[in-house]
Amino acid sequence: MSKQVKQLDRVIIRFAGDSGDGMQLTGDRFTQESAAFGNDLVTLPNFPAEIRAPQGTIPGVSSFQVHFADHDILTAGDSPDVLVAMNPAALKANVGDLAPGAAIILDTHDFTKRNLDKAGYDVNPLDTLGDAGDPLGAFTVHPVDLTGMTVEAVKQYGLSRKDAARAKNMFALGLLSWMYGRPTEGTEAFLSRRFAKVPDIRDANLTAFKTGWNYGETTETFVVQYEVKPAQMPPGTYRNITGNLALAYGLIAGGVRSGLPVFLGSYPITPASDILHELSKHKAFGVTTFQAEDEIAGVGSAIGASFGGALGVTTTSGPGIALKSEAIGLAVMTELPLVVVDVQRGGPSTGLPTKTEQADLMQAMYGRNGEAPVPIVAPQSPGDCFAAAVEAVRIAVTYRTPVMLLSDGYLANGSEPWRIPDVATGSDDLPVIDPAFATEPNHEKADGSKDYWPYLRDEETLARPWAVPGTPGLEHRIGGLEKGEGHGNISYDPANHDLMVRTRQAKVDRIAESLPPLEVEDPSGRAKVLVIGWGSTYGPIGAGCRRVRKAGYDVAQVHLRHLNPFPKDLGDILRRYDRVLVPEMNLGQLSTLLRATYLVDAQGYNQVRGLPLKAAELAEAIGHLVAEAEGIDVDLTVPTDSPTDSPTDTSTTTGATS
Amino acid sequence: MTADLGMPDLRTGVESVPTLAEGAAPQTAKEFSSDQEVRWCPGCGDYAVLKAVQSFLPDLGLRRENITFISGIGCSSRFPYYLDTYGMHSIHGRAPSIATGLATAREDLSVWVVTGDGDALSIGGNHLIHALRRNVNMTILLFNNRIYGLTKGQYSPTSEAGKITKSTPMGSVDHPFNPVSLALGAEATFVARTIDSDRKHLTAVLSAAAAHRGTSLVEIYQNCPIFNDGAFDAIKGNDTKAEAIIPLVHGEPIRFGNPGPDSTDGQGVKGVVRDTATGGVKVVDVADVGVDALLVHDAHAEDPSTAFAISRLTANDYLHQAPIGIFRQVVRSTYDDQARAQIDAAQRAVDGDPTDRLAALVNGGDTWTVV
Repeated sequence: MSKQVKQLDRVIIRFAGDSGDGMQLTGDRFTQESAAFGNDLVTLPNFPAEIRAPQGTIPGVSSFQVHFADHDILTAGDSPDVLVAMNPAALKANVGDLAPGAAIILDTHDFTKRNLDKAGYDVNPLDTLGDAGDPLGAFTVHPVDLTGMTVEAVKQYGLSRKDAARAKNMFALGLLSWMYGRPTEGTEAFLSRRFAKVPDIRDANLTAFKTGWNYGETTETFVVQYEVKPAQMPPGTYRNITGNLALAYGLIAGGVRSGLPVFLGSYPITPASDILHELSKHKAFGVTTFQAEDEIAGVGSAIGASFGGALGVTTTSGPGIALKSEAIGLAVMTELPLVVVDVQRGGPSTGLPTKTEQADLMQAMYGRNGEAPVPIVAPQSPGDCFAAAVEAVRIAVTYRTPVMLLSDGYLANGSEPWRIPDVATGSDDLPVIDPAFATEPNHEKADGSKDYWPYLRDEETLARPWAVPGTPGLEHRIGGLEKGEGHGNISYDPANHDLMVRTRQAKVDRIAESLPPLEVEDPSGRAKVLVIGWGSTYGPIGAGCRRVRKAGYDVAQVHLRHLNPFPKDLGDILRRYDRVLVPEMNLGQLSTLLRATYLVDAQGYNQVRGLPLKAAELAEAIGHLVAEAEGIDVDLTVPTDSPTDSPTDTSTTTGATS
Repeated sequence: MTADLGMPDLRTGVESVPTLAEGAAPQTAKEFSSDQEVRWCPGCGDYAVLKAVQSFLPDLGLRRENITFISGIGCSSRFPYYLDTYGMHSIHGRAPSIATGLATAREDLSVWVVTGDGDALSIGGNHLIHALRRNVNMTILLFNNRIYGLTKGQYSPTSEAGKITKSTPMGSVDHPFNPVSLALGAEATFVARTIDSDRKHLTAVLSAAAAHRGTSLVEIYQNCPIFNDGAFDAIKGNDTKAEAIIPLVHGEPIRFGNPGPDSTDGQGVKGVVRDTATGGVKVVDVADVGVDALLVHDAHAEDPSTAFAISRLTANDYLHQAPIGIFRQVVRSTYDDQARAQIDAAQRAVDGDPTDRLAALVNGGDTWTVV
């Protein structure tokens, strides 16, 4: 039969099932297919902290959302257009996020009495479809026996019923791949690779995938195939990448660029462990990975390696930072390069291990005893984790200081197309990173002989020299006790302590001299409201601003990569606007810093739900502020045929000139 | 799943460290002394250990710039400031972790850790046991004075139960650690005990520890004259030490005590034999069992059980009896050698400039080009 093909500019699909159903893999494959097809995309994995939470229950639901489009998009989308639910719990947990008119594909096989009970359904929603008062009445529901058809299709391989049923996620992927005209070669090659050693399982998965596709093509249940054309993207070579992978690559690049061997000391913790896993594969780059006995030993070993002339790195999440705080203070005092990666998750305490949050900013900024300033760098998207990691390495090595790199759970596991930078020597895509080890004595004694002073500073950067063991004539001792300025011996002198405290702060402040002007996006140049953020809220803030502009209003956006020190032009930019809004996934940490630093009335927009901010809700908040600032009524309703997430004709201006 | 790690060449503890040029003038203790004034209390046992170390280091014949001392927090942890080598006075309990990173990153360094009973066994206990099981190539000098000195006199994890201190006015109800037993239980490959005031024994043990490839743990009984004076009188006193010290010499029967009135060889009347009832060892009168029944010390035994049993002869309360010497000295691959061997193997398996390989890495996976 012939099927209708309908054009769409963007689609949001959420795959949801039990945590053992393979939803992350399904979503990842669909993402790879969409990337290969050339759509722009953003993904949002969401899974429980338990490896196998009780089967069939709502806490056990794992989901993967992918937003793909024929244009530049910034977020994983607020509400899915399509929900694939593998059981009643997956339906129950996700149906509330759907907009009216969304499509739901249900695996009828798992809608048993037992599963319905576990999900808390008194009445099987499949039995009331089309009835008056149908709770799913607002949606287009496609009940499909995914499991039954999968088991039937793979019968020939003689697998147990359980193993056969496990291929149902590939059936679902095949069906969705047909619906959206995804290329299938990548998934077929992937399955062949992944299950190369178990031919029966490999063939069952390939068969389930193809059967799902064919089912879409032949059945009358699905009459429409959708087409989302490739997006227009800036020229370059792209790949799809998650934040943790990009961050690991950035650390390797920092090592190659600086000529320093990378030493990672780390203790496994969600959601940072994948960086440890990835770096452990790259020994050929001279990368050492040390899985320490605890968080403290992770940072301790990295400090030891840095003392020895390596690039010391430690990776963790918020609870790990709490444990490492004293050692980070030691790195502040000894002024050794160190990169501390905090992949933030919901807190406090163990909090929400697999959910995202950005509530460690104050911990990064102030979470140590004494005056212990630490530079802070934050990536704004999964791919940007690469450049942010390289920047953290640059600052750590150039200024001989620990640097906090604040990623988060959303960036870590989310993915997007990444324009691959040119990493060749001399390329402008990467900064120059020069360790400039000390090799000669740097101080003349009264008798004219020379010796080495470990705290004699570079005038421009205020960085101290870095002399590594094995360098003859530069033997010296460092440590956590206060140092005498210059000579570096223990000093309890009050004036010296005051000087050293101020000098360590001044050194961090001096980093601002090396930062480019901020890029303020203010297309009309007439905006009275500025939205400022940091980290992974870049996507929702950008999308929220686009919605406001699309509706005909003016709003400016600026996003911070450097949280300490702030860029030099930030104060002027903030004062240029009547209203400043600071959306954050915390209770107002950046806004507190901005208010304290610049005496501006920065207002917070704060949500701590363990999920990225929603662009539509954020747009409303921006709209309210625009109305207030300009004394007008703001109505964000826009014609439905125009893609609200698309860019307007943005012209980017820099803080120095606008 | 396990991988065959192969066995890196086994060498001495300092074999990979650059030595002085042939014909170079020998180093002196003075060269190893920094210009900083030593600030321990008068009479502190730390002075004796510092002098012994400053005198001993030249014997290694290593380039001074390739020697590093890492310490934690406590009186003894000021040690690195007084040696003119590279050094770091770090934070409480963490020296073994810092030394692990340094030793793994730098094969060409001789890495020493200076720590105390509070630093190593209380706040830093976790790092100590994991350093020992990994067998990272470093020597740990554990100064045990059985008290907290720098915080002015609280009981430590090696203080005897019932000890009255500032924080335990009615007597400590903590059961103490035996550091040697702990190290043996943590799979240590080199475990020794010596005494601050016995320069000759101390130097001999340091020499063996430095020669050992892997983590060497040396417990040094060290007197704190301010807060725990006299803790080691029994093993130091000329009248008492023969009865208190059980000397361990590899290959020799374990025998101690004052010689009997009829002694012709000057050997003590006491000895150590296997206790068949408990599986441990026990102290006996040699006259009761005969010389041939005495346990011959075997520091190289693969099985640490006997070494552990001997360590249990250490008095738990007032130190009226303690085995002294090298309890265990066995060969096992080190963490750092193996970690470096994996990196070497990975690097040998690839060609090309790192920048080109980085370009290949970031361009890996499924890519597409937009023109």
